[in-house]
Amino acid sequence: MTAPSVRVQTQDFELQVEIEALTHDRRDIGAVVTFTGLCRDEQGSLSALELEHYPGMAEAEMQRTAELAVERFSLLGLTAIHRFGKIAPGENIVLVIATAPHRQAAFDGASFMMDFLKTSAPFWKKEHKADGSTGDWVAAKDADDRARDRWR
Amino acid sequence: MPKLVYFAWVRERIGKPEEQIELPEDVRTVRQLLSHLKTLGEEYEAALQYPEVIRVALDQEHVEHHEPIGNACEIGIFPPMTGG
Repeated sequence: MTAPSVRVQTQDFELQVEIEALTHDRRDIGAVVTFTGLCRDEQGSLSALELEHYPGMAEAEMQRTAELAVERFSLLGLTAIHRFGKIAPGENIVLVIATAPHRQAAFDGASFMMDFLKTSAPFWKKEHKADGSTGDWVAAKDADDRARDRWR
Repeated sequence: MPKLVYFAWVRERIGKPEEQIELPEDVRTVRQLLSHLKTLGEEYEAALQYPEVIRVALDQEHVEHHEPIGNACEIGIFPPMTGG
């Protein structure tokens, strides 16, 4: 088992580099599941999302969740990266990679990590509109709480 | 004297990212803290109008509103999280 790797950063990440960091020189991994969350613009009115975070607590909360996931699903490795700052539609926001001997643990580990990250890691999204105006703060969704609660 | 740190629309409405505040002795729980802050001015009233939706962290760990503040050095006050 590898200790989970958690990062909060402004710069983008590279999926292949992060997978390689978890799988290099290992023969025991049978499954790698990755989730990438992107900034999306459904109405064509968004210029960017601004991601604010609570420095220190964001990393700590992601680390706590990552350790729970590794323990619960016996993961061989877990990487979670969350960006902050201004992120344009089409750009990456978050990456989770879970590795395990078999697929179900890797799927569940990645899913658990994302569900808890969304509801407990201190990040907030604010909209910047294409017309130059500042939009609203994105509202939290009940569906995200329900997604988290199915793991209880 | 604890440091209060604010995020997202709580920070915007209160109008500052952080401050140190002397708390009255009868403010013992998170709920009492939020009620007390609401009395400090209309910007606090605007930020904390619906205290039940506000999330609080003591020394960077989530707590429920009924929990005591204890000797926390840093109290984070913020809206529900929307990361991911």
